[in-house]
Amino acid sequence: MAFENLSDRLQMAMRRVTGKGRLNEKDIDEMMREVRLSLLEADVHFRVVKQFTKGVKEKAKGEKILKGLNPGQQVVKIVRDELEKIMGEKAVPLNVKDQGLSIIMLVGLQGAGKTTTVGKLAKFLQDKQNKNPMLVALDVYRPAAIDQLKTIGQELDMPVFEKGTDVNPVQTAKEALGFAKDHNHDVLIIDTAGRLQIDEKMMQELIDIEAAVNPDEILLTIDAMTGQDAVTTAKGFHDQLPISGAILTKLDGDTRGGAALSLRQVTQVPIKLMGLGEKLDQLEIFHPERMASRILGMGDVLTLVDKVTENIDETDMMSMMEKMMSGNFNYNDYIKQLKMIKRMGSLGGILKLIPGVGKALKNQDIDEKQLVYVEAMISSMTKEERKQPRLIEKSSSRRRRIAKGSGRKVSDVNRLIQTMQQQSKMMKQMKNMDPSKINPNNPLGSMPKQKAKKGKGKGKGRFRF
Amino acid sequence: MGFFKNLFSSKAKKEKARKYKIGMDKTREGVLSNLKDVIESSQTIDDELFDDIEEIFIMADMGVDTVVKFVDHLKATVSDQKIQTAEDFKELIIDEMFKLYVQDEIVTSNLDIEDDRLNVVLFVGVNGVGKTTTIAKVAHEYINKGKNVLMVAGDTFRAGAIEQLETWAHRVGSDFFSKPAKSDPSSVMFDALNYAKDNNIDLVLCDTAGRLQNKKNLMNELEKIHRVIGREVSNAPHETLLVIDATTGQNGLSQAKIFNEVTTLSGIVLTKLDGTAKGGIALAIKEELGIPIKYVGLGEGLDDLEHFDLEEYMYGLFSGLF
Repeated sequence: MAFENLSDRLQMAMRRVTGKGRLNEKDIDEMMREVRLSLLEADVHFRVVKQFTKGVKEKAKGEKILKGLNPGQQVVKIVRDELEKIMGEKAVPLNVKDQGLSIIMLVGLQGAGKTTTVGKLAKFLQDKQNKNPMLVALDVYRPAAIDQLKTIGQELDMPVFEKGTDVNPVQTAKEALGFAKDHNHDVLIIDTAGRLQIDEKMMQELIDIEAAVNPDEILLTIDAMTGQDAVTTAKGFHDQLPISGAILTKLDGDTRGGAALSLRQVTQVPIKLMGLGEKLDQLEIFHPERMASRILGMGDVLTLVDKVTENIDETDMMSMMEKMMSGNFNYNDYIKQLKMIKRMGSLGGILKLIPGVGKALKNQDIDEKQLVYVEAMISSMTKEERKQPRLIEKSSSRRRRIAKGSGRKVSDVNRLIQTMQQQSKMMKQMKNMDPSKINPNNPLGSMPKQKAKKGKGKGKGRFRF
Repeated sequence: MGFFKNLFSSKAKKEKARKYKIGMDKTREGVLSNLKDVIESSQTIDDELFDDIEEIFIMADMGVDTVVKFVDHLKATVSDQKIQTAEDFKELIIDEMFKLYVQDEIVTSNLDIEDDRLNVVLFVGVNGVGKTTTIAKVAHEYINKGKNVLMVAGDTFRAGAIEQLETWAHRVGSDFFSKPAKSDPSSVMFDALNYAKDNNIDLVLCDTAGRLQNKKNLMNELEKIHRVIGREVSNAPHETLLVIDATTGQNGLSQAKIFNEVTTLSGIVLTKLDGTAKGGIALAIKEELGIPIKYVGLGEGLDDLEHFDLEEYMYGLFSGLF
């Protein structure tokens, strides 16, 4: 694909009009074509796209170009705002009661990720809302689907209610309900078999289960990679069942996830959660406003900022900042920094959230092991060396010793030293920066840009926080 | 001109194509059959009509780039040949579609499986596309052809994956090889291939864990699996099939590209075509990367895996047009 994101597309299309004070009809038409293609490439349903571009066009007409933006950026902003409007203003919480038994049922096509998500959801409710969930296996069709859920149950140390493959799922659901009440569970999470929305018999089964247990939430589980058919699927399920929300799975892939927009526009149901990996703790609250950027291919700065703030101790953070500013940054601080990065999870995952880096990194290997290597090298330094980086810079025998001790090459040690030097230099620059440009509420706000630049380089441990 | 009509004039062909058509007819709002309405209701062949046509193709997930190029080409041809009637225009669309996808090549969807040799087929793909079920269906086909088939549980990661394949193995009467969950998949392949050599197996079907193509570590793991297979059996795997869900959108291209880099794909299996999705992304993959579609999944039954026939598929897509 020629253009990674809408922003690039529009910049290209708008080169000739840069500097204009107002957009004219022709400019807008041209840009709308780019918007349209960009959204289609992101798998947004074409009818949704049509409706959407019409709305944006109205908005863009006669709009004054804001100071500091070029026409391309201006349109991106309008598009983004409109997208956010459709996606919904903010995250919609799960409908789980404070007291008594809440019942959640997951439905969807085959292979959407229902069973895994049932496990994740159970863990999510246990960890974040202190619930005591029980899982119910109703997929009697796919071979070993019940085994799969039982394995997940074991891993989570949670009970899985199942009656084998010979009992009617409606019957099992009813029994599960009684069992959960008797055993003081406060959440019942029901896994159902994957099915096509056009399979009448199978859809009837869902309707019967729904009638039997009367769930608080019926969540449509949908693969983020779904193309144009997302609308048909969502509509099919929504027409036959009172779907109360959706879960978007496999968002850790490189899909732009335009299906989310279609889903939202066509059914109006909120997307409540998103799956971000195969591990059971990789389920997160869905932030609709952030999805807009992703669909446009513009990274997800907010999620990054969240991740950073969630995983880093504030005092640690502040002392690190002070240290950095003082210009006395040494290897002890460096290793602390690395550990912070590690805590935030996969480096590749984080970098992808940064606008521009996603693209830059496409052809680059992000070697998580680099972190381990750097750690090993620093561990092979003496205490003195860690405190005083200059000692190593001056002595080649020290460098050789460190290389040997850590099982790396001398060139690796040299690279580490270089990184360290660059760090110090950057620190000094930062120190001289105009403090008014740093957002006091969010000292991290200014970070992504620097990081974006760094992400292209070789040394992966250079990011500062 | 008239290529399409000629192609489907024979009754036998039409009969064969019926299954595709049924599979693809299930959609409530016919997608490509919209073409007919759109073309016939339009008084002139104008830009608006071209826009509508573009959208209809995009609806089938045919790949935005491909479609835009194709429609531009149509525009040029229409003005060159001064095409004015709806009838001629429809013919032109279909002829050009066939030119684009069918070309002159002889399309064979048969797998590279020979007698008197240990054949290995590796199945790869993202999570939830239907790899395990597809393996069962392929095993079923070759068992019916009298082959000794071994199914290898290479997905040691996902809960229940080994049991799932084992259940299928029992159902289709295939030999089955597995190691405990969480084993290194490459070691599973290594042991399985040695087992196959000792046990007179003709065809080894290797399952792998679903993996998203942007997960570097998992792709490295797959590369290793691929390498180990090649080391144990010369020229193996003889086929590496990427399984893609027909509902997949533009991401299918990224999947094909990256899996192809890691394992050199020999074909695509397009699953779940019995739903409402058209699986047009497979055409985009063929067009952009030249990887042929070998099988299509048209249902959950063991017999619902068909060797892909491009002409039949196109017929299924366009049958509403006439």
